Amino acid sequence: MEVAFYLSGLVAVLATLRVVTSINPIHALLYLIVSLIAVAMVFFALGAPFAGALEVIIYAGAIMVLFVFVVMMLNLDEGVAAQERAWFKPRIWLGPAVLSAILLLVLVATLWRGDIGLVIEGETLTAKAVGTALFGPWLIVVELAAMLLLAALVTASHVGRSQSPDTRGDES
Amino acid sequence: MSWLTPMVMEVLIAMSQALVILLGALLLGAVMTVVERRLLGLWQDRYGPNRVGPFGSLQLVADMIKILFKEDWIPPFADRALFVLAPVIGMASLLLAFMIIPLTPNWGVADWHIGLLFFFAMAGINVYAVLLGGWSSGNKYALLGAMRATAQTLSYEVFMGLSLMGVVALAGSFNMRDIVAAQQGLWFIVPQFFGFCTFLIAGVAVTHRHPFDQPEAEQELADGYHIEYAGMKFGMFFIGEYIGMVLVSALIVTLFFGGWLGPWLPPFVWFALKTAALLVLFVLLRASLPRPRYDRMMSFGWRVCLPLTLINLLVTGAAILLLAPAGT
Repeated sequence: MEVAFYLSGLVAVLATLRVVTSINPIHALLYLIVSLIAVAMVFFALGAPFAGALEVIIYAGAIMVLFVFVVMMLNLDEGVAAQERAWFKPRIWLGPAVLSAILLLVLVATLWRGDIGLVIEGETLTAKAVGTALFGPWLIVVELAAMLLLAALVTASHVGRSQSPDTRGDES
Repeated sequence: MSWLTPMVMEVLIAMSQALVILLGALLLGAVMTVVERRLLGLWQDRYGPNRVGPFGSLQLVADMIKILFKEDWIPPFADRALFVLAPVIGMASLLLAFMIIPLTPNWGVADWHIGLLFFFAMAGINVYAVLLGGWSSGNKYALLGAMRATAQTLSYEVFMGLSLMGVVALAGSFNMRDIVAAQQGLWFIVPQFFGFCTFLIAGVAVTHRHPFDQPEAEQELADGYHIEYAGMKFGMFFIGEYIGMVLVSALIVTLFFGGWLGPWLPPFVWFALKTAALLVLFVLLRASLPRPRYDRMMSFGWRVCLPLTLINLLVTGAAILLLAPAGT
């Protein structure tokens, strides 16, 4: 499984780089989808197929569909590509790149000092094990997340309703 | 023959099984294009294609010859890469999902414990075919079709997942073979009748078939997202739709009708018969129902199906807890 882990990790990194450097927003989003699927493959390689499947279903299958939908509606043309290209001058990306490189160094250093002996494999986690863990020791976190999501749902429904007064009521 | 160890034999058998299932699914999808038209003709009191070969049985060959020899045209204003990629995603994701369906006790490709989730993942990926196809065509009607498809997807995907959770809770597993085994005494359509209804609706929506074919409504959108496609690329969208139909039928059989279980006849015959019956039901739906407005479709999904699946899941959970022996 180590080969699968490193290969999909490499794909994830490269695809994410292309997300940042793509001129065309739709292509950038497609690279993001590829990156998410690669991360799902990493989960599979680590022996967590449940997390991998959920990653594809929720991120690649639902959230990214929304993103692509919104970008599709924006009617982007050549002007946007030119603007994007203008943003890719070294003067603009050099600063963030240096800062990120420092963070990367810190990360690599931390990993280096850590336990080298760990290998990339693990026993396969079943969905049942995940559920038992979530509703056992992590119950309070699950409940809190549920409350947060409920609040978000109520807010979204309220905001969505008040911003469209011209829609007709459901006549049927 | 020293290399022909038992392990190699096992791999070869598994590979040939996978190939047979893949080709079978593909062929069945292609044959359904003709069978559907004949059945539609029967129910709508007209002939349907009956000229090529005896009773129109060679219509498929004629269609194939036509579609393969058509000019493969990519519009100059299209986004080339995505335009080519879209039909590939559409067909491949649905074909891949056949992996998890167990045909008989010994036939099947993958036997995973996340089985059912793999279908959801593939159904999620499949949406991009319509989205990208519609967007990359650079055509207003195609874009409108893709837009409708997205809005529709977001409304049915939520309750599609939830509608099957009752089955998963009853079987105690995502594994398809476990789910079939759990239906030994009683098919899940009885305790999970509402789950069956909602999944049937969601399944029709996955395949973008009537009455959920607003993305490609001929009358309003002149064919929606695949308006710019020609030749075999259109063919892939077209066959993909029928493959999706076969896939959803096979899934419903596995999840709600006990898969290969049944008396007297061999397992595969039962599986094939049940799948065929559901395929005919799909065609009958198309033959008899009008196409609703797509905002009605969406509000139906959110206001009727979603609450129904949630209540179904609640009741199922309560029943399982009540009937389970105490202390487990």
